[in-house]
Amino acid sequence: MTAQATTATPSHTGHGHDDADYLRVDTSPLSWIVTLDHKRLGILYLASTLTMFFVGGVYALLIRTELLTPGRTIMDPDTYNKVFTLHGAIMVFLFIIPSVPAALGNFFLPIMLGAKDVAFPRLNLASFYVYVVGAAFALFSIFSNSVDTGWTFYTPYSQTTSTSTISMTLAVFILGFSSILTGVNFMATVHKLRAPGLHWKRLPLFVWGIYATAVIQVLATPVLAITLLMLLMEKVLSIGWFDPRLGGDPVLFQHFFWFYSHPAVYIMILPGMAVVNEIIATFSRRKIFGYMFVAMSSVGLALLGFLVWGHHMFVAGMSEYATMVFSGLTFLVAIPSGVKVFNWVATLYNGSVSFQSPMLYALAFIVLFTIGGLTGLFLGTLSVDVHLHDTYFVVAHFHYVMVGGTVIGFIGGLHYWWPKMTGKMFDERLAKVAFAFVFVGFNMTFLTQFVMGSQGMPRRYYDYLDQFQPLHGFSSVGAYVLGVGFLIMLVMFALSLFRGEAAPPNPWGSAGFEWATASPPIAHNFHHTPVIHRGPYDYHLATEEELFDGFPAAAQKTAAPAKTAAPAAAPDPEKAPAKAAEPAPPARREEEE
Amino acid sequence: MASSHDPSRAKWGSWLQHHFEEPVQQFEAAKLGMWLFLAQEVLFFSGLFVAYGVYRVAYPEAFAAGSAQLDWKIGFFNTCVLLFSSFTAAMAVRAAQLGRRQETSIHLAITIVCAFVFLGVKYVEYSAKFEHGLLPGNHFAPDMAHVHPWLEGAAAVTELPVKTHVFFGIYFCLTGLHGIHVAIGIGVLAWVLIRNVRGEFSKDYWTPVDLVALYWHLVDLVWIYLFPLLYLI
Repeated sequence: MTAQATTATPSHTGHGHDDADYLRVDTSPLSWIVTLDHKRLGILYLASTLTMFFVGGVYALLIRTELLTPGRTIMDPDTYNKVFTLHGAIMVFLFIIPSVPAALGNFFLPIMLGAKDVAFPRLNLASFYVYVVGAAFALFSIFSNSVDTGWTFYTPYSQTTSTSTISMTLAVFILGFSSILTGVNFMATVHKLRAPGLHWKRLPLFVWGIYATAVIQVLATPVLAITLLMLLMEKVLSIGWFDPRLGGDPVLFQHFFWFYSHPAVYIMILPGMAVVNEIIATFSRRKIFGYMFVAMSSVGLALLGFLVWGHHMFVAGMSEYATMVFSGLTFLVAIPSGVKVFNWVATLYNGSVSFQSPMLYALAFIVLFTIGGLTGLFLGTLSVDVHLHDTYFVVAHFHYVMVGGTVIGFIGGLHYWWPKMTGKMFDERLAKVAFAFVFVGFNMTFLTQFVMGSQGMPRRYYDYLDQFQPLHGFSSVGAYVLGVGFLIMLVMFALSLFRGEAAPPNPWGSAGFEWATASPPIAHNFHHTPVIHRGPYDYHLATEEELFDGFPAAAQKTAAPAKTAAPAAAPDPEKAPAKAAEPAPPARREEEE
Repeated sequence: MASSHDPSRAKWGSWLQHHFEEPVQQFEAAKLGMWLFLAQEVLFFSGLFVAYGVYRVAYPEAFAAGSAQLDWKIGFFNTCVLLFSSFTAAMAVRAAQLGRRQETSIHLAITIVCAFVFLGVKYVEYSAKFEHGLLPGNHFAPDMAHVHPWLEGAAAVTELPVKTHVFFGIYFCLTGLHGIHVAIGIGVLAWVLIRNVRGEFSKDYWTPVDLVALYWHLVDLVWIYLFPLLYLI
């Protein structure tokens, strides 16, 4: 009865014109610019955010190069201030925030829901245009006089600096609306466009994560927008709300700013966690342990994220009672984070784990995010924070969460869904080499910074004492290793695009719904709206056909390439049949609980 | 893209977008989207309201003096105008649901006229403030001949406290942002009106009328808070 799990009746001949995949249905450049297809918009976002990641990465390497030696290495102090500001602003607003939700989310959220598109396709396109306009403002700011305030635009310095903060503030203001519109769209989509049978307890955890993210995007981002508008008004009209000379309070700006920007941290990390859920389930061939707990921990993180903004200002002049409350609330964040980490590990336990490249990134995520999360406890502790505040310890902490968490999750998701998005397989061996470089390089760069920070090296400084040189040097070399890792990855993906073998519908043998359609998906995602009879991780209910060949309708077309692609798909084609026999035991264990 | 060859969809108009199964799904999605948008609007205004609260507590006398410079009668008139326009917006939705196209148009038109009246009155108010030098921050240069006395305890005072410019900064930002929303409302209402005249709506499909009315109610609601906060207390 449950054999015909997620469905899709075989395609009818009458739908011939619908069978073209979304990339080939119309190849003119104009069709991309005015596309309403969520998949194409996902690809457009992916290309834009990856470009921004490259730019932000170049700035990061410039920072690390300057810090190789004390004193001047390659740039003067003013340039250095601009470079670290741009690194932060570009990475946060133009790369990380839109990376997973707008790129991967746009592509996979509707497919996972069994929908033809997001709820508001035109709004989706508008939101991409808004993103481009915001990016244009940011570029204008960079090329006019740049910004040197740090990505946080703290007053009063942002009021007095002669750099072009106005255009950069406007850029972030505009990018915020892109984020809000995407959030509104996704929430409405999850509520109203789920396929028949896909109730909330069957939602893929990726959808849960993106949904929780969307809640924050809708409720927190407008506060950033108004804060930046107030900053602009202060600069243009000198209102007197942030400028102490006019009777204002700079700490009020910090409250406003972090009321958005702390939840924004969860806008960044929740989608990374969301991706990791999917990868871990697929490569463990097992239902995610404690599914509802993991789903609710995403929602819990989203809500707690609104209550902890004060921990950015422990030494900024808040009352000591307020700091105690914020410190206590900050520790609460450890609970949903812990729920996730323990449940992932419990999912691995007794699963049939295979170590393909997406899984390596997911495992790296668990390790690095745990380090990032635990060092957050140091910073949330009032007395310790006084020592560590504004040191490299903070830098290392949030890079472990943002890069070790979100970026690793994003890259893992990119590997995982690459065959679905492009219809091409990639060179698994090259992917693993790139992973090794990224993992080693990242830890060299930032583990060192924990040590430097605890020894008192302040963040943002252009110059430093000679005693820190060895550590700074080691960190910079790590950054180069990390950079080489990303370059290898770039080559690997480029090779895949041009020479990769055709991907089968379901190259990883996943029970997830998105693998039910062809690779790449047809323009309408599915020939008929699917009817869902099982959860996305119910390996014990999925047929072998579903797990290894994709769906009958999709497989018919790609059956031939699927066979030839199998050796390239994974270095262990012999193991694949063995895995097919395995899913049953862990599933039974699941039912006993 | 639209699956026009699907016979089950033939009974609905071209307004049913291809990715929805049936009209009620499309309507509910649109309505939910609008409510979410309104939620973010509330939070968008919240920053200014918080600033109002913070500085009202910090400089109570400046707010008392500043508030006394605003004419509550004009504010009250504008409140009535907006409340009435909200009523006509609601009537437009009702008429649209019943498929009475002409009635919908009339109600939408009245709503737009009210919005223009509101902005006109606001223009008169703003000009007076500009002339009297009651402006934000560094531009604050009050013309003392036009300063209304305000009550400090029981005594009427004509001297303005030093931080009165903060009040006017917040006043102009709050009412300005609200005014921008009114102007956007005029644009959207006009667009819906044109579509209604073209006959795009029917008893089966009136979602845009409903959504624009929701937006208009929010614009009204924000003013319902602004009026007492700025003019009365």
